[in-house]
Amino acid sequence: MKDKVVIETKDLVKNYGKCIAVDKLNLCVNEGEVFGFLGPNGAGKTTTLLMLLGLTEPTSGTATICGYNSTRESVEVKRLAGYLPEKVGFYDDLTAIENLDYTAALNGLPRETALKRIKELLDMVGLSEVSEQKVGTYSHGMKQRLGIADVMIKAPRVAFFDEPTAGIDPAGIEQVLGLIANMARQKVTIMLSSHQLHQVQKICTRVGILSKGHLVAEGSVDELGREKIAGGKVRIEVQLAEPSSRLVKLLEKVKGVTGVERTGDLLLISCNKDLRRQIAKVAADCDSLIIQMRMEEYGLDEIYMKYFSERQI
Amino acid sequence: MTGLMAVFRKELADNFNSMRFLILSVLGYAAAILLIIFVAGQNIRADITETTQFIFLKLFTVSGDVQFFSFQFFMAFFLPLVGILIGFDAINSERATGNLSRLSSQPIYRDSIINGKFLAGLVSIAILVFSIVFLMGGIGLRMIGVPPGPDEILRLFTFIFISIIYGGFWLALALMFSVICKRISTSAFASIAVWVFALFFIPIIASIVGNLMLNLLSPAILYSGSIQVLLIPSHPLIFELSKAYLGLEPNPLSIGQSLLIAWPQIISLIALTALCFAGSYIKFMREEIRAT
Repeated sequence: MKDKVVIETKDLVKNYGKCIAVDKLNLCVNEGEVFGFLGPNGAGKTTTLLMLLGLTEPTSGTATICGYNSTRESVEVKRLAGYLPEKVGFYDDLTAIENLDYTAALNGLPRETALKRIKELLDMVGLSEVSEQKVGTYSHGMKQRLGIADVMIKAPRVAFFDEPTAGIDPAGIEQVLGLIANMARQKVTIMLSSHQLHQVQKICTRVGILSKGHLVAEGSVDELGREKIAGGKVRIEVQLAEPSSRLVKLLEKVKGVTGVERTGDLLLISCNKDLRRQIAKVAADCDSLIIQMRMEEYGLDEIYMKYFSERQI
Repeated sequence: MTGLMAVFRKELADNFNSMRFLILSVLGYAAAILLIIFVAGQNIRADITETTQFIFLKLFTVSGDVQFFSFQFFMAFFLPLVGILIGFDAINSERATGNLSRLSSQPIYRDSIINGKFLAGLVSIAILVFSIVFLMGGIGLRMIGVPPGPDEILRLFTFIFISIIYGGFWLALALMFSVICKRISTSAFASIAVWVFALFFIPIIASIVGNLMLNLLSPAILYSGSIQVLLIPSHPLIFELSKAYLGLEPNPLSIGQSLLIAWPQIISLIALTALCFAGSYIKFMREEIRAT
């Protein structure tokens, strides 16, 4: 079955005067994906989200959600898409229930259904104990969780989160990410923007890296790591008890190995695929004791740093 | 429609639960009671002769020795305050608290937000004006014992209607500033500046320049002009004017004739209100909603 495209942008451009915030962005997110939209501050992440939701007009190009044009059919888009802005605010002098009740009313939900759903959602985000308290007394993390409940009220097919983990403590981050992952399990397509990579890395099925309005890389975290950084190479680090120069020579002859670097008892072997089995065999042949061997994996942080250090040069 | 009604209900409830509306109401009712008991109550007898018509209306227009302290003057000052206090932070406080992004990402047309807020403000003003007039009418009726005639009742309702439009103008103005100014203090200050300018500066400038038409730029003068025509059907000056320009003879004027004379002022008030509202509407509809 062909994947269904849920979020799509075509040559999306947004200028603020002479400043180009988003430059010919082409993006495609399929149903059920958790797409991480990464980039430093000012890369155009929020602007793109606003255009997708019809909260600001693109200078040119189109943004569509489930086939609806975000600019012209923004009400249909907002019926399908939930949005949690970066600095989400609630009415401080209303309780959590009253705040969500207003959102439900704006979505045209019948009151009975609304109250039932509000109760379920507050349970889900762990706020049912304080649901009668005024939101003014809530911590930032609690407000963020209330924000997730607020997004869920309309039972969205797509949800946009702008910096969902900014400014909350580690335990709070875990909770928020857990809730977002939970939404994804309920078949909601998710797009979240962030500059805190290692946090979102865990829950994203695919990421796109945005820099100065351009999408500079796109793919799963593993793909990006291997292909874009090491140029398709795998690097294997081997620690040996007594590495001999004979072993290094033999390793260099193994098919697929492109280079061996030696620093002390560490060997850094570059190869074009996973050759751990062959390396272990060579080491055994030479009677060398392998203390440890690991394949280097690239985290988003390295990928990200790589992109932005390259761009600056 | 769902969106508009939801915003309207929320805003109306907010208005009636707010401290500022409570203070405004207390101020309005206190002034109404003071005016009816001490001003109208003390002076109405001196104003009435055996042939006096429209005695009930006099409750709202008698000023006694202190020229400025009549009900119509009070309303000309008070209604701007009501409109401004309801409207000056309508949009920018939503923005400042981060609610605007959330609100505008719900499936409603964006104008529902501003329309709902304006309508709720207008209804709040209407309720306040109605209750003040009814309070005065009730106390006044007990005091003088002369019931209003149908013509007087009609005139009072027209007066209420014009008062609501006048309050609506200030509401629309404050709402416009709340869309334009990002900061709440700026929009409050801008609204008050226009209020002071319209109430005090325009009449002064008009009399210096010698062009009384300038007065028509001031909503306060439009308001007091039109309600004077309506509430004082036998005003000698208005009678002179109507004779000179419209060729009307009868004294007092009928309500139709009074309306005819007040019509340009009423229309100007409505036009000014529409202008302000259109300004905020256009600005708000085209604006980018970003959480800042």
